Amino acid sequence: MKIMVPIKRVSDPDNANKVKITPDGKGVTSEGLSWDINPFDLYGVEAAIRLTENGPKKERIGEVFVVTLGPQDVAIQLRRCLAMGAEKAIRIEAQDTQLDSWVVARTLAKIFEMEKPDLIILGKATVDGESNQVAQILANILNLPQATFVAAISHKPQEPFITVTREVDGGVIKAKVSMPAVISVSERILGSRAVQNGITPDNFDYPSDNVRYTPLPMIKKAEKKPLEQKTLAELGVDTSMKVDYFAFLPPPARKAGIKVDSVETLVQKLKNEAKVI
Amino acid sequence: MARTLIVGEMFEGKVRKPTLCGVTFALKLKELKGAPFDILLPGKGSKEGAMEVAEFGAERVFYTEAKEYESYKAESYAPLVAGVVKKVGYDTVCATANIYGKDLMPRVAAILDAGMASDITQVEVSGSETIYQRPIYAGNVIAKLKIKTPISIVTVRQTDFPPCETKSGKSAVEEIPAEKPLTSAVKVEILGFEKTQSTRPELTEAKVVVSGGRGLKAKENFKMIEDLADLLGGAVGATRAAVDAGMVPNELQVGQTGKIVAPDLYIAVGLSGAIQHLAGMKGSKVIVAINKDEEAPIFSVADYGLVADLFQAVPKLIQEIKRVKE
Repeated sequence: MKIMVPIKRVSDPDNANKVKITPDGKGVTSEGLSWDINPFDLYGVEAAIRLTENGPKKERIGEVFVVTLGPQDVAIQLRRCLAMGAEKAIRIEAQDTQLDSWVVARTLAKIFEMEKPDLIILGKATVDGESNQVAQILANILNLPQATFVAAISHKPQEPFITVTREVDGGVIKAKVSMPAVISVSERILGSRAVQNGITPDNFDYPSDNVRYTPLPMIKKAEKKPLEQKTLAELGVDTSMKVDYFAFLPPPARKAGIKVDSVETLVQKLKNEAKVI
Repeated sequence: MARTLIVGEMFEGKVRKPTLCGVTFALKLKELKGAPFDILLPGKGSKEGAMEVAEFGAERVFYTEAKEYESYKAESYAPLVAGVVKKVGYDTVCATANIYGKDLMPRVAAILDAGMASDITQVEVSGSETIYQRPIYAGNVIAKLKIKTPISIVTVRQTDFPPCETKSGKSAVEEIPAEKPLTSAVKVEILGFEKTQSTRPELTEAKVVVSGGRGLKAKENFKMIEDLADLLGGAVGATRAAVDAGMVPNELQVGQTGKIVAPDLYIAVGLSGAIQHLAGMKGSKVIVAINKDEEAPIFSVADYGLVADLFQAVPKLIQEIKRVKE
């Protein structure tokens, strides 16, 4: 199986409260914060690698390539995916301000057509823009089936479909999806047995809720793996944007609260002051 | 001409309440730019469902119980929505930003070649332009955006566009024919749906939410969170850490990646207040935090903070609330 995993570089999600609005109010800057792979995309990389390996034997049995749109230094994030086990990386030169969901989806569609993977796995959303649109738009452009918010994937060798568990409102849906397909994954995909490929024994437990650690030899090996560079122009991508983000504001501030010294005071305040109990 | 289409949702034969969040949004657009609105309700039971939503001021309510829509698939629902948009003519198409809206609407946008604003919290009209606001960076920045295509696709955040409760004006109810599904529809086969069982109110609809985090330490200890929630008629929530640790089921997760809630009262117990969690609850009216670490970030958003060991404070809180309620 050959899997394509698009990733996005985001500023450190654990310090999202430190991003700043530019003085003119027309942009957001994350200066001073480190870059990271969007966590859900990273879970997608982990899921793709689990699908294409013999877990206990640490043998690759399929192929994973990662794709991103970004400036030169996003190679750091791509190399990390290569060190995790991906076979190849593709970077398409772009600046964040050039991108909306449509530009990203159109670009990924071009890469799909060149590489012909069996499956595209994306994160369910990015933690910066939080739009949650690319997977669905991409599926539509390619006329492929979609499965979003996927919490578990199972595939058997040679079978032309995958079985997925999707977390939806009020429960979970199980569905059989023919490949090629576009899926987006939630954090549950990191569950110790959430990804089954018929080669790794079904009762093999991955360390739960963890993306694999990349030891030094893997990092060294990753330096020799192919990292292709492309431009939007050579791919012939329509770069017109459909959405214009023209201003940014700080969120409404909450008024400062108080500390109470006992449960009794708390209950009195909730009853008499806030009137919520 | 400005006209809004609300994409409603059926669930197990009944209209799902978030459908009425779309009505709240459409009424707002009607007020701002005089746009009339219609509702589209596909799925089993939608004939009866259409009667139910025909009392909220829509001009028309369209329904279809065709077999294509018995179980939801984006690949069959999206062309239906797009078909109605093309036939009737709308400049705005909205749904609620629950999983249904999040899964479906980008595919609708793709078919209609339209721009989309996801999970909006506000809408305003300035001259001929409609401007949307939506939180980004886990709620730490509010972005203002315009959509440049003739048709705008929008999903609305439930906490900011709460379900419309005021009835106004009868709608005409019309059955519509099925639309040809996308060819990719046959590539998806729904094998089953497993419903979450809970006797408590829905997290997103509850007036009170009591949430626990890593500080609860073990599954058994969530019992006291449940007791406190039950005492207040509320829902139980949790942090991702508590879910990851297997203390509670996934669907109780509150946060950027879980449910977004804004109840009248939110009680945060034994959780530090990671950015991702705050993103899901800081719109709550009154926030109470109980944590033994006085430096915990949750205190920065709490109206009432109690620095205490939760294992002593929560049982005492239950006792004390029972006492004042008598």
